[in-house]
Amino acid sequence: MAIEVRIPTILRTYTGGEKAVTADGASLSALIDDLETNHPGIKERLVEDSDSGTDLRRFVNVYVNDEDVRFIGGLEAEISDGDQVVVLPAVAGG
Amino acid sequence: MLSIDQETYDAIVAHAKRDHPDEACGVVAGPVGSDRPERMVEMVNAAGSPTFYEVDSLELLALYKDMDARDEEPVVIYHSHTATEAYPSRTDIGLASEPNAHYVLVSTREHGNNEGPVEFRSYRIQDGEVTEEEVAVVPAPAPQSVRRT
Repeated sequence: MAIEVRIPTILRTYTGGEKAVTADGASLSALIDDLETNHPGIKERLVEDSDSGTDLRRFVNVYVNDEDVRFIGGLEAEISDGDQVVVLPAVAGG
Repeated sequence: MLSIDQETYDAIVAHAKRDHPDEACGVVAGPVGSDRPERMVEMVNAAGSPTFYEVDSLELLALYKDMDARDEEPVVIYHSHTATEAYPSRTDIGLASEPNAHYVLVSTREHGNNEGPVEFRSYRIQDGEVTEEEVAVVPAPAPQSVRRT
């Protein structure tokens, strides 16, 4: 099982400069744990502790096959072999 | 230094004035590694707010896929402040996530939707550090199709 994960510029310090890496996992949360194994430190940039446990950071967008994971279950979003995952930091400010 | 052509500069200012009193935002894409802001893309401020801006997540994905296909990157990321100076706010600094981009701030506080000069300033924002840079407005480049070989 291999899922391609596209990494934004600001997180490529964790992937040795790679724009895309492969990872495994049946859910987004499992995928992020697998990413963390090979790219230590990256998980902390993607998720944060919340009242309900762990949540995706508010200003990090993750897409599975072009869908924003916030609309398909967040960290519990299901992922299957061949899916494409894209991580993009929000473009936002005050 | 940010070098930007007059046409793009004017379009950013016009966008900021049009959306006042809400903040306007957008990107000027350019060839990867060129540092040339060539293709302006106005974005919708999904927050629709005078004090905050956020590009809609699906619109953002579409933009990045489009830039990837064209071998481009975001050279300029711009937004407006409508009641304060054209300097990055604490939120702007905390959320800045393109270390290679020029962050352009336009302030419409003086003239709002009306004619008149605006503050137009550019910054690098890296690891929470803000560095202002000079803005050089240059004439628009000749279109490729009429350039002589």
